[in-house]
Amino acid sequence: MDYDDLKKGVVKLIQKAETELPEDVIYALNKAYETEQGIAKTQIGAILENIKLARESGRPMCQDTGIQTFFVDVGVDFPEINSIKEVIVDAVSIATREVPLRPNTVDPFTGENHKDNLGKHIPYITWDFVDGDDVFITALPKGGGSENMSKLGMLKPGVGIDGVKDFVVEEMIKAGGNPCPPTIVGVGIGGGADLSLKLGKKALLRPVGVRHSDKFIADIEEELIERINGSGIGPMGLGGKTTVLDVHVEWAHRHPASLPVGIVVQCWADRRASMVIHSDGSWEVK
Amino acid sequence: MEYHFSLPVSEEDVKKLHIGDIIYVSGRIFTARDEAHHLMLEKNNVPFDPSDMALFHCGPLMKKTGDKWEVISAGPTTSSRMEIFEDKFLEKYKVKVIIGKGGMGKNTQKALQKYISIYTSYTGGAGALAADKVEEVEEVYWLDKLGMPEAVWILRVNEFGPLVVAMDSHGKSIYKR
Repeated sequence: MDYDDLKKGVVKLIQKAETELPEDVIYALNKAYETEQGIAKTQIGAILENIKLARESGRPMCQDTGIQTFFVDVGVDFPEINSIKEVIVDAVSIATREVPLRPNTVDPFTGENHKDNLGKHIPYITWDFVDGDDVFITALPKGGGSENMSKLGMLKPGVGIDGVKDFVVEEMIKAGGNPCPPTIVGVGIGGGADLSLKLGKKALLRPVGVRHSDKFIADIEEELIERINGSGIGPMGLGGKTTVLDVHVEWAHRHPASLPVGIVVQCWADRRASMVIHSDGSWEVK
Repeated sequence: MEYHFSLPVSEEDVKKLHIGDIIYVSGRIFTARDEAHHLMLEKNNVPFDPSDMALFHCGPLMKKTGDKWEVISAGPTTSSRMEIFEDKFLEKYKVKVIIGKGGMGKNTQKALQKYISIYTSYTGGAGALAADKVEEVEEVYWLDKLGMPEAVWILRVNEFGPLVVAMDSHGKSIYKR
């Protein structure tokens, strides 16, 4: 397998994620532009202009190019599974120079910047195994401002689903303009502390505007969207109707004593891109 | 109301501004995040005069070609992280215009009133748009010590905006409406 060519593919994946916003997000932002007035409209207008400029000039849309985060579904019959991690790691370092990306990995003890977006446990890769011989990689570069508004609630099971909804709405109102609204909110309910947050982050992979396949969960999502947007926080917290573009809920069974709720916030720059690597080493970025 | 200012903005002009006004600024601005605030509060003298410039909460993405720096993307960072420094920073450096996103707290609000300054909001994440308003990267300080995002970058900008006056010198905040 030509590893240099595979690295080129992953660099292209990162570049696409950083410079071109997915169509579903642009569609939702255009709709918000139609709904909003006054200052809120100027904010969405600036966002849309920025998206266009970034795409046309091939520059990252936001200076915070994020912590490089990947979700990898590995086909169990892919011939060179042991090479994938190294390809991704090297590609992050190359992309830092070539795209370029802001060096965003800092030693938590010394404050020293690693300068290449690599570091201990970073890039952060989530591995899953699937049938077949293809490898699917999704890049989700995650900015710091929105990540800082993430929350874990270990609620008392007695508060029930109403307590879960109140928790999400209250936390998003507290977050105000900090996570660069209009945001996309991923909510993980159940599991344990770490699993609920993981589900919250994975929920962000679902395109904006797509409801959960289970009607019961879909209704919860719609209620949360309505209540958070009813807060009037608006784009950048300056007031308006659009505080979230979407809320996505995922869930797991929980321990009888625990009701974990993981909230993961994504800014309007909901950067996502995917690629597939075939068993012969050929690849496509989508 | 919409205003276009050359930096520095006078006290008289700052007093004219109210929350909801939109301004554009031209001249020199400097970036400072957590680390730079901390460092500049510790130092007794800094190699530039912050009072002539606007303070930009920003950790830009820069690229060096030859010996010249270029801005690739430079939107605002979350201002609330600087709340623990900002009242002391305004007292020490007499900055008239702060550019950031997301708003700031009570201590900054009081300091804005006391030292007659404003806090303005630039669209978060609009990094490419902001970069296009930068005419020149004039200088960078403490790059080796602090790294690219945390270093202080002196940028000459033209018609930088739209900036929404979000906290004014009269004690009002758009975030409290």
